Amino acid sequence: MPLIAQPDHPPAGAVLARLHQIHSAKGYLPEADIRAAADDLAIPLSRLYSAAAFYSAFSFQPKGRYTIQVCLGTACYIRGGDRLLEKIETLLGVKAGETTPDGMFTVETVHCLGSCSMSPVIRVGEETYGRLKVNLVGRLFKKYRPGEPGQKGVEEQGT
Amino acid sequence: MKIKTPSDLEKLRDQGQCMLSPQKPRVSVGMATCGLAAGAGAVFDALRQAADNLRLDLTLVSAGCIGCCQEEPLVDVRMPGFGRVLYARMTPEGADRLIRSLASGELPHENALAYIPEEGSDTPKSAEVLSGLVPINALPFYAKQHKVILRNSGLIDPQSIEEYAARGGYKSLLLALLQLSPHEIIDEITRSGLRGRGGGGFPTGKKWEVCSRAAGTARFIICNADEGDPGAYMDRTVLESDPYAVIEGMTIGGYAIGASQGYVYVRNEYPLAIDRINHAIERSTECGLLGEDILGTDFTFSIQVIRGAGAFVCGEETALIASLEGGLGEPRPRPPYPAVSGLWGKPTLINNVKTWASVAAIIRKGPEWYAGIGTKGNAGTAVFSLVGKVANTGLVEIPLGLTLEEMIQGIGGGGLAGKRVKAVQTGGPSGGCIPADLFHLPIDYASLTQAGSIMGSGGMVVMDEDTCMVDVARYFLRFTMEESCGKCTPCREGARYMYAILTRIIEGEATPEDLVLLEEIAMWVKEASLCGLGQTAPNPVLSTLRYFRDEYDAHVREKRCPAGVCRALIKLTINAERCTGCGLCLRECPVGAIRGKKKAPHIIDPDLCTHCRTCYDICPEKAVEIVR
Ligand SMILES: Cc1cc2nc3c(=O)[nH]c(=O)nc-3n(C[C@H](O)[C@H](O)[C@H](O)COP(=O)(O)O)c2cc1C
Ligand code: SF4
Ligand code: FES
Repeated sequence: MPLIAQPDHPPAGAVLARLHQIHSAKGYLPEADIRAAADDLAIPLSRLYSAAAFYSAFSFQPKGRYTIQVCLGTACYIRGGDRLLEKIETLLGVKAGETTPDGMFTVETVHCLGSCSMSPVIRVGEETYGRLKVNLVGRLFKKYRPGEPGQKGVEEQGT
Repeated sequence: MKIKTPSDLEKLRDQGQCMLSPQKPRVSVGMATCGLAAGAGAVFDALRQAADNLRLDLTLVSAGCIGCCQEEPLVDVRMPGFGRVLYARMTPEGADRLIRSLASGELPHENALAYIPEEGSDTPKSAEVLSGLVPINALPFYAKQHKVILRNSGLIDPQSIEEYAARGGYKSLLLALLQLSPHEIIDEITRSGLRGRGGGGFPTGKKWEVCSRAAGTARFIICNADEGDPGAYMDRTVLESDPYAVIEGMTIGGYAIGASQGYVYVRNEYPLAIDRINHAIERSTECGLLGEDILGTDFTFSIQVIRGAGAFVCGEETALIASLEGGLGEPRPRPPYPAVSGLWGKPTLINNVKTWASVAAIIRKGPEWYAGIGTKGNAGTAVFSLVGKVANTGLVEIPLGLTLEEMIQGIGGGGLAGKRVKAVQTGGPSGGCIPADLFHLPIDYASLTQAGSIMGSGGMVVMDEDTCMVDVARYFLRFTMEESCGKCTPCREGARYMYAILTRIIEGEATPEDLVLLEEIAMWVKEASLCGLGQTAPNPVLSTLRYFRDEYDAHVREKRCPAGVCRALIKLTINAERCTGCGLCLRECPVGAIRGKKKAPHIIDPDLCTHCRTCYDICPEKAVEIVR
């Protein structure tokens, strides 16, 4: 028995589950929610903050309406994922990690989306798209933002 | 209904049998994440729409992945009396035509890939109707495969516990709980020769034995579904396609070591897998196959799913446990091993998804059967994700001991159109690149290790003459640098230094001394890192230095990238004779470096060009040339 009483720990997985819950409800981790979560879980705020900061899935800044995850896993990388990313960055005018000024898209890179057989792959929100080519992404984004300028699909241009 | 007796299970099985072979057409679409990425969602909707329009009564199922992803979207059609036919590369329009045929009582020829033999029946009528249609296992992609882990993948509705039971599911749990002692189960796993499929290859039975004997009251079971290796999707597929197999295995494991709580730690990027396993846990609990008094015994076992949060290192077992406990997902030194002191300091049995999915098959068919597959010391089967520059990409399960040649040329069908395969990368960031002239090697733990790579958890990325091996090595070092948890210096700093040197090499700014330094740092990182991440991080560098030193030399001494990849060392030009002036590259060039009139040859402005090769990739006339 330790001389000083130890507080009970939260159940296994509870910290991650709570962070996920806040993140999916708010789109990021607002400070007030983290404070409340630390109280509920009865763990020091500093511990919860450092855990949250450790994982790449959690953001402390608000994100766009859709997160575009560009896969840079091995299969996607060697089949042109890096060029797909450049194309997306040019199309949307933001770099990986940034959000478009209208708050529609946040561009991120990930290390694999588990659809390596379809490389290169991206995910927009919850939809996964495989076998992509740089000349197909412009049309794809139009689905999400109908007014998307420039970049018409190839077929529409009759080539 | 709670399943309490063998006859209850029999009933569940009969229900499943009816669902698998109804008296009306059963149309099932491969809707695992890979299928969805290929457009299976639209195909599914089109099938539903067409069936509604024609008022065709059918069962429409969203199944998992059957493995030949190259042919996705895949639709498996069972017409009563005809057997099952697999249709490949479906489109919404094709789906519409398919339903029209079915409505008129016919199986269409269009897109038919193969028939799927059903247990206990001869050549189905479909093979007569569609002349030339072969059974699926006659396709080169499947001919040498042996499915144990993927036994149900793509063949059943992964949401249906009945269909799982119809294919022999839960027979093993019944056998284990009613007829075998925990000790006998562990003994069977040991005798099967099963080794962990998460990468380490540790003998599974031995781990179970140690855990069952470890002192302590509470014990835990963990399924490691963190699958962090880039370019690998075996575990995702198993969870999405056959979640009950994992649950059954974990439950048997719980009984064998005396645990009543299990956890599945799933990678953050796998939302569908999380849904599927959660649903399967719910259904198993409703059926009394999880929870209290399982199968009418006094054995209690529950499973909870935990979603990871995007840290590769959390796949390492001690880091995973730290993450479950709510702290930072950082590894700690071993021993003590989790089997002795794991979650909350209690004995914890942690195995990979594929290891768990193998368990029920072994218990049902016996350890001798399993040990008879594969080769000595490498019993059984393993699943590989065959991807990259290979003709047939997909998920492949083979008996260990098949050669790399049989895998890549035979199953994979060789390189992409007209390209020469140069190497295969196995084992993810911990593994290495094996050159094509070693493809006679068998796929087993010792051979791949000897060749400077590892078997790993199943990633197999094929590279061809257009892949630069120095660039690949740098790619992996960047991965390690980003994913190192930073706890120990050799890994944290070593990866950064190696990355910096590799960057100098691909930019044509390295000296021969840099290569010496690179090798030296690699050795130190290997020796002095705390966990497997750091210890294996130099493997991609060391293996490419070993087999592709000529490519390093070309970059360093001649300032040349033989594969034509490294941007600082190449130039791009358009061959005026081939260029038709279609304008595609002009529109797609990210920096606007291409000029030209419609229907006239285009040119690239060398001052603007960043050598990204987008034009090279997309030119329909192959008119863009790389000057290396
Ligand atoms: C950096 C690192 C990452 C790992 N990632 C995984 C993983 O994603 N999945 C996995 O099953 N094992 C992974 N492992 C291996 C685990 O530590 C552990 O050995 C394994 O889960 C045991 O299961 P098995 O015996 O069934 O293979 C990783 C190891 C290291 C060092
Ligand atoms: S080797 Fe790397 S990942 Fe492993 S503990 Fe050390 S710093 Fe962390
Ligand atoms: S490497 Fe891109 S999905 Fe796996």
